[in-house]
Amino acid sequence: MEIKKMAMAGTLESSDIQIMLSAGTNGYEFELESDVAKQFGDQIKATITSVLQAYAIDNAKISVVDKGALDLVIKARAVTAVQRALEIVDTPNWEVL
Amino acid sequence: MANTTERLRRTMMFVPGNNPAMIKDAGIFGADSIMFDLEDAVSMAEKDAARYLVYEAITTIDYGDAELVVRINGLDTPYYQNDIKAMVKAGIDVIRLPKVETAAMIHELESLVATAEAEFGCEIGSTNLMAAIESAKGVVNANEIAAASDRMIGIALSAEDYTTDMKTHRYPDGQELLYARNVILHAARAAGIAAFDTVFTNMDDEEGFYRETELIHQLGFDGKSLVNPRQIAMVNKVYQPTEKEIRNAQQVIMAIEQARLKGSGVISMNGQMVDRPVVLRAERVMRLAQATNLVNSEGEYIGK
Repeated sequence: MEIKKMAMAGTLESSDIQIMLSAGTNGYEFELESDVAKQFGDQIKATITSVLQAYAIDNAKISVVDKGALDLVIKARAVTAVQRALEIVDTPNWEVL
Repeated sequence: MANTTERLRRTMMFVPGNNPAMIKDAGIFGADSIMFDLEDAVSMAEKDAARYLVYEAITTIDYGDAELVVRINGLDTPYYQNDIKAMVKAGIDVIRLPKVETAAMIHELESLVATAEAEFGCEIGSTNLMAAIESAKGVVNANEIAAASDRMIGIALSAEDYTTDMKTHRYPDGQELLYARNVILHAARAAGIAAFDTVFTNMDDEEGFYRETELIHQLGFDGKSLVNPRQIAMVNKVYQPTEKEIRNAQQVIMAIEQARLKGSGVISMNGQMVDRPVVLRAERVMRLAQATNLVNSEGEYIGK
Protein backbone atom coordinates (compact mmCIF):
# COMPACT_ATOMS: atom_id res chain seq x y z
CA MET A 1 0.00 0.00 0.00
CA GLU A 2 1.15 3.52 -0.79
CA ILE A 3 0.79 6.42 1.60
CA LYS A 4 -1.69 8.80 0.00
CA LYS A 5 -1.18 11.83 2.21
CA MET A 6 0.87 13.04 5.13
CA ALA A 7 -0.90 12.10 8.37
CA MET A 8 -0.37 12.55 12.08
CA ALA A 9 -1.81 10.95 15.22
CA GLY A 10 -1.28 11.42 18.94
CA THR A 11 -0.37 14.40 21.09
CA LEU A 12 2.64 15.74 23.00
CA GLU A 13 1.02 15.13 26.37
CA SER A 14 2.61 12.88 28.96
CA SER A 15 2.09 9.13 28.30
CA ASP A 16 1.25 9.85 24.65
CA ILE A 17 3.23 9.65 21.43
CA GLN A 18 2.94 11.70 18.25
CA ILE A 19 3.51 9.82 15.02
CA MET A 20 3.76 11.55 11.64
CA LEU A 21 3.77 9.53 8.43
CA SER A 22 4.66 10.69 4.95
CA ALA A 23 5.44 8.99 1.68
CA GLY A 24 8.92 7.54 1.34
CA THR A 25 10.98 5.72 -1.26
CA ASN A 26 13.57 3.89 0.78
CA GLY A 27 11.94 1.47 3.25
CA TYR A 28 11.18 2.82 6.74
CA GLU A 29 13.04 6.03 7.55
CA PHE A 30 12.63 6.79 11.27
CA GLU A 31 13.25 10.02 13.08
CA LEU A 32 12.72 9.44 16.83
CA GLU A 33 12.69 11.89 19.70
CA SER A 34 12.23 10.39 23.18
CA ASP A 35 13.66 10.80 26.67
CA VAL A 36 13.88 7.03 26.79
CA ALA A 37 15.23 6.53 23.25
CA LYS A 38 18.30 4.69 24.58
CA GLN A 39 16.28 2.12 26.53
CA PHE A 40 13.14 1.83 24.40
CA GLY A 41 13.94 3.36 20.99
CA ASP A 42 14.23 -0.01 19.25
CA GLN A 43 11.01 -1.26 20.84
CA ILE A 44 9.08 1.87 19.83
CA LYS A 45 10.29 1.47 16.24
CA ALA A 46 9.49 -2.25 16.26
CA THR A 47 5.90 -1.62 17.37
CA ILE A 48 5.35 1.00 14.66
CA THR A 49 7.07 -1.20 12.09
CA SER A 50 4.77 -4.14 12.82
CA VAL A 51 1.72 -1.92 12.28
CA LEU A 52 3.12 -0.61 8.96
CA GLN A 53 3.83 -4.18 7.86
CA ALA A 54 0.31 -5.29 8.82
CA TYR A 55 -1.02 -2.71 6.36
CA ALA A 56 1.55 -3.80 3.74
CA ILE A 57 3.21 -0.38 3.61
CA ASP A 58 6.73 -0.80 2.24
CA ASN A 59 8.02 2.76 2.21
CA ALA A 60 7.41 5.55 4.70
CA LYS A 61 9.04 8.44 6.48
CA ILE A 62 8.10 8.17 10.16
CA SER A 63 8.66 11.07 12.51
CA VAL A 64 8.05 10.18 16.17
CA VAL A 65 7.93 12.28 19.35
CA ASP A 66 7.48 9.98 22.34
CA LYS A 67 6.32 11.26 25.72
CA GLY A 68 6.60 8.00 27.61
CA ALA A 69 3.83 6.07 25.83
CA LEU A 70 3.04 2.47 26.70
CA ASP A 71 3.22 -0.07 23.90
CA LEU A 72 -0.58 -0.16 23.55
CA VAL A 73 -0.64 3.62 23.04
CA ILE A 74 2.13 3.41 20.41
CA LYS A 75 0.15 0.76 18.56
CA ALA A 76 -3.14 2.71 18.75
CA ARG A 77 -1.50 5.91 17.49
CA ALA A 78 0.30 4.02 14.70
CA VAL A 79 -2.96 2.41 13.56
CA THR A 80 -4.68 5.81 13.58
CA ALA A 81 -1.85 7.49 11.63
CA VAL A 82 -1.75 4.70 9.03
CA GLN A 83 -5.50 4.72 8.46
CA ARG A 84 -5.42 8.50 8.04
CA ALA A 85 -2.43 8.27 5.67
CA LEU A 86 -4.20 5.61 3.58
CA GLU A 87 -7.48 7.55 3.71
CA ILE A 88 -9.41 4.57 5.08
CA VAL A 89 -10.60 6.22 8.33
CA ASP A 90 -14.26 5.52 7.56
CA THR A 91 -13.69 1.99 6.27
CA PRO A 92 -10.95 0.65 8.54
CA ASN A 93 -9.19 -2.65 8.12
CA TRP A 94 -10.51 -4.58 11.16
CA GLU A 95 -8.16 -7.55 10.73
CA VAL A 96 -5.18 -5.42 11.73
CA LEU A 97 -6.49 -4.61 15.22
CA MET B 1 -32.56 -8.40 31.16
CA ALA B 2 -28.91 -9.32 31.13
CA ASN B 3 -27.82 -11.83 33.74
CA THR B 4 -25.97 -9.37 35.95
CA THR B 5 -28.49 -8.28 38.56
CA GLU B 6 -26.26 -9.14 41.50
CA ARG B 7 -23.41 -6.91 40.44
CA LEU B 8 -22.66 -3.80 42.51
CA ARG B 9 -22.73 -0.68 40.37
CA ARG B 10 -22.25 2.19 42.81
CA THR B 11 -19.69 4.09 40.79
CA MET B 12 -19.35 4.48 37.01
CA MET B 13 -16.30 6.61 36.30
CA PHE B 14 -16.00 8.57 33.05
CA VAL B 15 -12.60 8.32 31.35
CA PRO B 16 -11.94 10.52 28.30
CA GLY B 17 -11.34 8.14 25.40
CA ASN B 18 -8.38 9.95 23.86
CA ASN B 19 -6.31 10.50 27.00
CA PRO B 20 -3.57 7.83 27.38
CA ALA B 21 -2.54 8.90 30.88
CA MET B 22 -6.07 8.65 32.29
CA ILE B 23 -6.86 5.43 30.43
CA LYS B 24 -3.67 3.83 31.73
CA ASP B 25 -4.52 4.68 35.36
CA ALA B 26 -8.30 4.15 35.21
CA GLY B 27 -8.14 0.83 37.04
CA ILE B 28 -6.45 1.98 40.23
CA PHE B 29 -9.29 3.95 41.82
CA GLY B 30 -11.62 1.06 42.61
CA ALA B 31 -14.60 2.14 40.49
CA ASP B 32 -17.25 -0.57 40.09
CA SER B 33 -17.55 0.36 36.40
CA ILE B 34 -15.12 2.21 34.15
CA MET B 35 -16.77 4.11 31.30
CA PHE B 36 -14.51 5.04 28.41
CA ASP B 37 -16.00 8.01 26.58
CA LEU B 38 -15.85 8.21 22.80
CA GLU B 39 -18.60 10.84 22.67
CA ASP B 40 -18.50 14.29 24.27
CA ALA B 41 -14.99 14.00 25.71
CA VAL B 42 -13.48 13.49 22.25
CA SER B 43 -13.27 16.17 19.54
CA MET B 44 -14.60 15.41 16.05
CA ALA B 45 -11.08 15.26 14.58
CA GLU B 46 -9.97 12.60 17.08
CA LYS B 47 -12.91 10.17 17.05
CA ASP B 48 -10.89 7.53 15.18
CA ALA B 49 -7.84 7.99 17.43
CA ALA B 50 -9.91 7.54 20.61
CA ARG B 51 -11.62 4.44 19.20
CA TYR B 52 -8.28 2.65 18.65
CA LEU B 53 -6.79 3.86 21.92
CA VAL B 54 -9.74 2.47 23.88
CA TYR B 55 -9.64 -0.71 21.78
CA GLU B 56 -5.97 -1.30 22.64
CA ALA B 57 -6.58 -0.47 26.32
CA ILE B 58 -9.47 -2.91 26.68
CA THR B 59 -7.60 -5.72 24.96
CA THR B 60 -4.31 -5.09 26.80
CA ILE B 61 -4.81 -3.64 30.28
CA ASP B 62 -6.10 -5.73 33.19
CA TYR B 63 -8.76 -3.60 34.90
CA GLY B 64 -9.44 -6.25 37.53
CA ASP B 65 -13.06 -6.78 38.55
CA ALA B 66 -14.31 -3.48 37.13
CA GLU B 67 -17.09 -3.68 34.58
CA LEU B 68 -15.89 -2.06 31.35
CA VAL B 69 -18.34 0.26 29.64
CA VAL B 70 -17.89 2.44 26.58
CA ARG B 71 -20.02 5.42 25.67
CA ILE B 72 -20.20 5.38 21.88
CA ASN B 73 -21.25 8.21 19.60
CA GLY B 74 -24.97 8.58 18.92
CA LEU B 75 -26.70 6.84 16.03
CA ASP B 76 -27.13 10.16 14.19
CA THR B 77 -23.33 10.50 13.87
CA PRO B 78 -20.97 9.04 11.24
CA TYR B 79 -18.92 7.36 14.04
CA TYR B 80 -21.70 5.18 15.42
CA GLN B 81 -21.20 2.03 13.33
CA ASN B 82 -17.39 1.93 13.52
CA ASP B 83 -17.56 2.55 17.29
CA ILE B 84 -19.82 -0.48 17.64
CA LYS B 85 -17.61 -2.72 15.52
CA ALA B 86 -14.40 -1.76 17.31
CA MET B 87 -15.89 -2.15 20.79
CA VAL B 88 -17.57 -5.48 20.07
CA LYS B 89 -14.31 -6.79 18.61
CA ALA B 90 -12.47 -5.58 21.72
CA GLY B 91 -14.87 -7.59 23.88
CA ILE B 92 -16.28 -4.67 25.89
CA ASP B 93 -18.72 -5.65 28.67
CA VAL B 94 -21.29 -2.92 28.04
CA ILE B 95 -22.04 -0.41 25.26
CA ARG B 96 -23.70 2.76 26.55
CA LEU B 97 -25.79 4.57 23.94
CA PRO B 98 -26.29 8.30 24.54
CA LYS B 99 -29.47 10.31 23.89
CA VAL B 100 -31.83 7.33 23.79
CA GLU B 101 -35.46 8.31 23.18
CA THR B 102 -37.17 5.14 21.95
CA ALA B 103 -36.96 1.37 22.20
CA ALA B 104 -36.36 1.34 18.42
CA MET B 105 -32.96 2.97 18.98
CA ILE B 106 -31.98 0.10 21.27
CA HIS B 107 -33.32 -2.44 18.76
CA GLU B 108 -31.17 -0.90 16.03
CA LEU B 109 -28.12 -0.94 18.29
CA GLU B 110 -28.79 -4.54 19.28
CA SER B 111 -29.00 -5.68 15.69
CA LEU B 112 -25.71 -3.97 14.76
CA VAL B 113 -24.04 -5.43 17.86
CA ALA B 114 -25.27 -8.93 16.95
CA THR B 115 -23.95 -8.52 13.39
CA ALA B 116 -20.56 -7.40 14.73
CA GLU B 117 -20.44 -10.33 17.19
CA ALA B 118 -21.00 -12.71 14.28
CA GLU B 119 -18.43 -10.93 12.10
CA PHE B 120 -15.69 -11.05 14.72
CA GLY B 121 -16.47 -14.50 16.09
CA CYS B 122 -17.64 -13.27 19.50
CA GLU B 123 -20.26 -15.20 21.43
CA ILE B 124 -23.68 -13.90 20.33
CA GLY B 125 -25.21 -12.02 23.24
CA SER B 126 -21.91 -11.42 25.04
CA THR B 127 -22.07 -7.62 24.64
CA ASN B 128 -24.46 -5.93 27.06
CA LEU B 129 -26.18 -2.60 26.50
CA MET B 130 -27.28 0.38 28.52
CA ALA B 131 -29.11 3.59 27.63
CA ALA B 132 -28.55 7.16 28.71
CA ILE B 133 -31.73 9.18 28.88
CA GLU B 134 -31.16 12.84 28.16
CA SER B 135 -34.52 14.31 27.04
CA ALA B 136 -38.18 14.60 27.98
CA LYS B 137 -39.03 12.10 25.25
CA GLY B 138 -36.53 9.62 26.68
CA VAL B 139 -38.07 9.95 30.15
CA VAL B 140 -41.58 9.50 28.77
CA ASN B 141 -40.43 6.32 26.97
CA ALA B 142 -38.23 5.04 29.81
CA ASN B 143 -40.29 1.87 30.35
CA GLU B 144 -40.04 0.63 26.78
CA ILE B 145 -36.35 1.60 26.62
CA ALA B 146 -35.49 -0.30 29.81
CA ALA B 147 -37.30 -3.39 28.57
CA ALA B 148 -36.14 -3.10 24.93
CA SER B 149 -33.61 -5.94 24.98
CA ASP B 150 -32.39 -8.92 26.99
CA ARG B 151 -28.95 -7.34 26.72
CA MET B 152 -29.94 -4.25 28.72
CA ILE B 153 -28.19 -3.95 32.09
CA GLY B 154 -29.16 -0.43 33.03
CA ILE B 155 -30.44 3.03 32.23
CA ALA B 156 -28.88 6.30 33.27
CA LEU B 157 -30.11 9.83 33.66
CA SER B 158 -27.99 12.47 31.97
CA ALA B 159 -29.09 15.71 33.55
CA GLU B 160 -27.27 18.41 31.59
CA ASP B 161 -29.05 17.71 28.30
CA TYR B 162 -32.28 16.80 30.09
CA THR B 163 -32.56 20.05 32.03
CA THR B 164 -31.80 22.03 28.86
CA ASP B 165 -34.55 20.12 27.05
CA MET B 166 -36.89 20.93 29.95
CA LYS B 167 -36.07 24.66 29.69
CA THR B 168 -34.48 24.74 33.11
CA HIS B 169 -31.03 24.09 34.56
CA ARG B 170 -29.68 22.25 37.57
CA TYR B 171 -30.48 23.59 41.02
CA PRO B 172 -28.83 22.63 44.34
CA ASP B 173 -31.96 20.93 45.68
CA GLY B 174 -32.53 18.78 42.58
CA GLN B 175 -36.30 19.41 42.41
CA GLU B 176 -36.05 19.80 38.63
CA LEU B 177 -34.82 16.16 38.38
CA LEU B 178 -37.24 14.56 40.82
CA TYR B 179 -39.72 13.31 38.20
CA ALA B 180 -37.08 12.03 35.78
CA ARG B 181 -35.19 10.25 38.57
CA ASN B 182 -38.31 8.46 39.79
CA VAL B 183 -39.44 7.50 36.28
CA ILE B 184 -36.03 6.13 35.34
CA LEU B 185 -35.72 4.27 38.62
CA HIS B 186 -39.15 2.67 38.23
CA ALA B 187 -38.49 1.74 34.61
CA ALA B 188 -35.22 0.11 35.65
CA ARG B 189 -36.70 -1.80 38.57
CA ALA B 190 -39.70 -2.96 36.52
CA ALA B 191 -37.33 -4.29 33.87
CA GLY B 192 -34.97 -5.77 36.48
CA ILE B 193 -31.97 -3.67 35.47
CA ALA B 194 -29.74 -1.07 37.14
CA ALA B 195 -30.47 2.65 37.51
CA PHE B 196 -27.63 5.18 37.39
CA ASP B 197 -27.89 8.76 38.48
CA THR B 198 -26.34 11.67 36.59
CA VAL B 199 -22.92 13.23 37.11
CA PHE B 200 -22.21 16.00 39.62
CA THR B 201 -19.64 18.28 38.04
CA ASN B 202 -18.81 20.94 40.64
CA MET B 203 -15.78 19.41 42.34
CA ASP B 204 -15.58 22.31 44.82
CA ASP B 205 -19.03 21.59 46.26
CA GLU B 206 -18.42 18.53 48.40
CA GLU B 207 -21.47 19.17 50.53
CA GLY B 208 -23.66 19.34 47.42
CA PHE B 209 -22.21 16.09 46.16
CA TYR B 210 -23.00 14.29 49.43
CA ARG B 211 -26.50 15.78 49.49
CA GLU B 212 -27.23 14.53 45.97
CA THR B 213 -25.68 11.09 46.58
CA GLU B 214 -27.65 10.62 49.81
CA LEU B 215 -30.85 11.52 47.94
CA ILE B 216 -30.31 9.02 45.11
CA HIS B 217 -29.24 6.35 47.63
CA GLN B 218 -32.46 6.93 49.54
CA LEU B 219 -34.52 6.73 46.33
CA GLY B 220 -32.92 3.38 45.46
CA PHE B 221 -30.49 4.07 42.62
CA ASP B 222 -27.72 1.51 42.12
CA GLY B 223 -25.20 4.31 41.88
CA LYS B 224 -23.94 7.33 40.04
CA SER B 225 -21.95 8.34 37.00
CA LEU B 226 -18.81 10.19 38.10
CA VAL B 227 -16.41 12.60 36.45
CA ASN B 228 -13.60 12.50 38.99
CA PRO B 229 -11.97 9.55 40.81
CA ARG B 230 -12.11 11.54 44.06
CA GLN B 231 -15.88 11.02 44.04
CA ILE B 232 -15.60 7.21 44.21
CA ALA B 233 -14.77 7.06 47.92
CA MET B 234 -17.50 9.61 48.63
CA VAL B 235 -20.18 7.51 46.91
CA ASN B 236 -18.94 4.31 48.55
CA LYS B 237 -19.17 6.03 51.95
CA VAL B 238 -22.83 6.90 51.35
CA TYR B 239 -23.60 3.34 50.17
CA GLN B 240 -21.68 1.71 53.01
CA PRO B 241 -23.98 -0.09 55.45
CA THR B 242 -23.87 0.65 59.19
CA GLU B 243 -22.63 -1.88 61.74
CA LYS B 244 -26.23 -2.33 62.94
CA GLU B 245 -27.40 -3.07 59.38
CA ILE B 246 -24.62 -5.59 58.90
CA ARG B 247 -25.27 -7.39 62.23
CA ASN B 248 -28.97 -7.53 61.39
CA ALA B 249 -28.26 -8.87 57.90
CA GLN B 250 -26.00 -11.56 59.33
CA GLN B 251 -28.78 -12.66 61.69
CA VAL B 252 -31.33 -12.71 58.87
CA ILE B 253 -29.09 -14.83 56.65
CA MET B 254 -28.29 -17.21 59.51
CA ALA B 255 -31.95 -17.49 60.48
CA ILE B 256 -33.13 -18.17 56.95
CA GLU B 257 -30.42 -20.80 56.53
CA GLN B 258 -31.65 -22.59 59.68
CA ALA B 259 -35.23 -22.29 58.42
CA ARG B 260 -34.18 -23.80 55.11
CA LEU B 261 -32.56 -26.76 56.89
CA LYS B 262 -35.84 -27.31 58.72
CA GLY B 263 -37.72 -27.11 55.43
CA SER B 264 -39.54 -23.86 56.15
CA GLY B 265 -39.64 -20.75 53.90
CA VAL B 266 -40.69 -18.11 56.40
CA ILE B 267 -39.31 -17.57 59.88
CA SER B 268 -39.65 -15.16 62.70
CA MET B 269 -36.63 -13.34 64.09
CA ASN B 270 -36.82 -11.14 67.20
CA GLY B 271 -40.59 -11.22 66.81
CA GLN B 272 -40.54 -10.01 63.19
CA MET B 273 -41.40 -12.01 60.10
CA VAL B 274 -38.45 -12.66 57.83
CA ASP B 275 -39.51 -13.33 54.25
CA ARG B 276 -37.95 -13.05 50.83
CA PRO B 277 -37.66 -9.24 50.50
CA VAL B 278 -36.00 -9.05 53.90
CA VAL B 279 -33.52 -11.75 52.88
CA LEU B 280 -32.77 -10.04 49.54
CA ARG B 281 -32.12 -6.78 51.36
CA ALA B 282 -29.85 -8.55 53.83
CA GLU B 283 -27.88 -10.13 50.99
CA ARG B 284 -27.43 -6.73 49.36
CA VAL B 285 -26.23 -5.26 52.68
CA MET B 286 -23.64 -8.06 52.92
CA ARG B 287 -22.44 -7.45 49.34
CA LEU B 288 -22.03 -3.74 50.11
CA ALA B 289 -20.26 -4.61 53.37
CA GLN B 290 -17.85 -6.91 51.54
CA ALA B 291 -17.20 -4.28 48.85
CA THR B 292 -16.30 -1.70 51.51
CA ASN B 293 -14.19 -4.20 53.49
CA LEU B 294 -16.42 -4.09 56.55
CA VAL B 295 -16.59 -7.88 56.74
CA ASN B 296 -13.89 -10.51 56.17
CA SER B 297 -14.13 -13.43 53.78
CA GLU B 298 -16.04 -15.40 56.43
CA GLY B 299 -18.66 -12.65 56.61
CA GLU B 300 -17.58 -11.51 60.11
CA TYR B 301 -17.80 -7.80 60.93
CA ILE B 302 -14.35 -6.20 61.05
CA GLY B 303 -15.23 -2.47 60.89
CA LYS B 304 -14.50 -0.22 63.84
